Amino acid sequence: MDFNVLLQDIPTLLLVIFGVPAVLVGYIVGAEFLVRRLPDKNRPQVRPWIWVGPALAMVAGILFIPAIATFVQSFQDNHGNFVGFQNYATQLGGFPSGGVWIAIRNSIIIWLVIYMILVLTFGLTMAVLFDRVQYETVVKSLIFMPMAISSVASGVIWKFMYWYQPVGAPQTGTLNAVVTFFHHDPVAWLQDQWPNGLAILNNLALITVATWGLTGFSMVILSAALKGIPGDLLEAARVDGAGEITIFRRVIFPLMMPTVVVVGTTLVIFAIKVFDVPYVMTNGNFNTDVLALRMYNLLYLSHNNAAAAAVAIVLLIAVVPVLIFNLRQFRAVEARR
Amino acid sequence: MRSSSHLRALVVAMAAVFTAVACGTGTSQNAGTIKFLGVWSGAEQASWLAVLKPFQDSTGITVKYEASRDQDAILTSSVAAGNPPDVAGAPSPALLTTFAKAGKVIALNNAVDMTALQANTAASWIKLGEPLNDGKLYQIFAWADVKGLIWYDPKNFQAKGYNVPKSWTDLQGLQSTIKGAGTTPWCVTVESGSATGWAASDWLKEIVLSQSGPDVYDKWVAGTQKWSSPEIKSAFQTFGSILGPGGNLVYGGPQYVVATAFGDVGTPMFASPPKCYMLNQASFITTFFTKANPSLQPVTDFNFFPLPDINSQFTGAHVVAGDTFSMFKDTPQARKLIAYLTTADAQAIWVKRGGKLAVNKDVPVADYPDPLAKEFAQIIVNTQIAKYDATDQMPADMKAAAWADLVKFIGNQNQLDSLLAHLDSVQAASYK
Repeated sequence: MDFNVLLQDIPTLLLVIFGVPAVLVGYIVGAEFLVRRLPDKNRPQVRPWIWVGPALAMVAGILFIPAIATFVQSFQDNHGNFVGFQNYATQLGGFPSGGVWIAIRNSIIIWLVIYMILVLTFGLTMAVLFDRVQYETVVKSLIFMPMAISSVASGVIWKFMYWYQPVGAPQTGTLNAVVTFFHHDPVAWLQDQWPNGLAILNNLALITVATWGLTGFSMVILSAALKGIPGDLLEAARVDGAGEITIFRRVIFPLMMPTVVVVGTTLVIFAIKVFDVPYVMTNGNFNTDVLALRMYNLLYLSHNNAAAAAVAIVLLIAVVPVLIFNLRQFRAVEARR
Repeated sequence: MRSSSHLRALVVAMAAVFTAVACGTGTSQNAGTIKFLGVWSGAEQASWLAVLKPFQDSTGITVKYEASRDQDAILTSSVAAGNPPDVAGAPSPALLTTFAKAGKVIALNNAVDMTALQANTAASWIKLGEPLNDGKLYQIFAWADVKGLIWYDPKNFQAKGYNVPKSWTDLQGLQSTIKGAGTTPWCVTVESGSATGWAASDWLKEIVLSQSGPDVYDKWVAGTQKWSSPEIKSAFQTFGSILGPGGNLVYGGPQYVVATAFGDVGTPMFASPPKCYMLNQASFITTFFTKANPSLQPVTDFNFFPLPDINSQFTGAHVVAGDTFSMFKDTPQARKLIAYLTTADAQAIWVKRGGKLAVNKDVPVADYPDPLAKEFAQIIVNTQIAKYDATDQMPADMKAAAWADLVKFIGNQNQLDSLLAHLDSVQAASYK
């Protein structure tokens, strides 16, 4: 990046460096000054709102109001005329393979379920197994490392892994080099819609990339939860004659459940809003479209704001059950305390 | 009282900020800068920067060049945010036309010497820069590409005794001869990030124009010719006959076609022994040939013939494309750059470096670096029916759907009818 650009406009720079903190300090000091003028009994009612106020304003300004605007726009055409449910009809028509349905299937079934299961299973297995070895820190660091790579970069890296050359040509992609070594025809991992055009294979290829990137995250959090289980509990189970697998099933896993749920819901949200990996690797072609990418392409490639708004609302509706589940879970955890 | 001491500190801080603001505004003005958004990277970027060099040296203006193949998204969001580049250069007029219609682009009639422009540029190019038909010029063209050129390696043809086909029947005959000899005749690759499929749309456009003529082509662009109409459907089928049943006339089959970048199309053709004998791409592809394999020489290692006329009624029809420029902010620097790009001097720089054809007639034929480029320049002059890239003129929605469905068509030609029905529905919605 060209940092000279920062020096071209010194006043703005100073305003940002000093002005923003100054305004914040001013807000806090000024508000507190006013609150102190209030009678004692009213202060506790007013003060929280003063403190939460800026955050509320931010959430309203950059999340809530745009969401409402998007909702309104999803019922209009691109010139702002009201068209009722027409945008939704266009997007949701053509069931089961047309419009937005492929994206819904991929986002909400394939990505959500498979991605969550893969990342949780790998994370949990690694957390439990690495807990028992000497070189735990080293292995965990290695597994965690892809977290430092942006999804776009890992998409590019994996494109080389999946590289396809026709039968007979030297295979420059790692996976196809392996596959052809075992005398199997090379596979176009990202384009092959096996089985029968259902496009499970290439979607799995994309999910593998995202799994590679995020397994470290789930492993680290689950590992922390594992360390929090008191040793004497496991000791007691062993004294009672339980085998290691029984201990995992009956003692460790139930105690880790709250953490598993938290990691799981985080993954579900990641899965539903996934964008970068399909964008870099297939751009949603070959039946690998996902909701966020479809919205982006409708907005920027097609300049079709109304349709994009409708897809955004579909995406929002898809996330709502997860949010509700998440809130319930938080409450349950709170109640247990 | 503690709060009042806080207050005092705050007042001091604010005062410092305001003083700084007041003092800071007097920075000295140099010749200025231009923020430019384009799409060229690699070899093309080097050529573009070479074009800019004399301009920057003589005026002292700095051009800040930003490049992205995802230009649609970047430009749309930066314009919406009220922070567009000063000038943008796009490989097709469609995007900039969208912004002209939205009133975001500044008319260039005062920036450009219109009399000179009319004298040295063909009227059809100027007309394409006036998409609103209000007599105002919103984009200028600097360089053009000829599309629908069939590239081959003359040494390969000679070794096998193949002749350059003069007619569509010849081409079909050559196709089956090559296939009969156990090789695939064609190389086709269409991967291009978010624009995947455009290379296949080039095939389709050439076929529509050459098979059904300019009237159908114009109606197709305007959205009044249905995709499921016999003319467009048979163009798809003709393209299908190039790909062969199940893609067996194309090197690597459908999966290789859709998985491989458009710029790598020539690699198998120059392999030894050749994996394919012909490919269809615009004139700019020579840059990619020589970039991948610097020892290749024009004429001896690669040469071209125009796609033979499918219907003799429409002889000499060609699809052309070009790089267009628009001004988003009216600054003296931006005006100078636009004016500079219309000059023969500026255009000749890229012409000499290869891969582009000048729109300005004053660029001498001698400036073209090789005999092929001289031939292109002749084609641009001699084309009897010149039509601008069809998909590039369609609404963005239509264009994106056409690209995506062509990729599906390559994968499975049997679903043609359902694809055309889908394209019809997009057409019905997107031209409103």
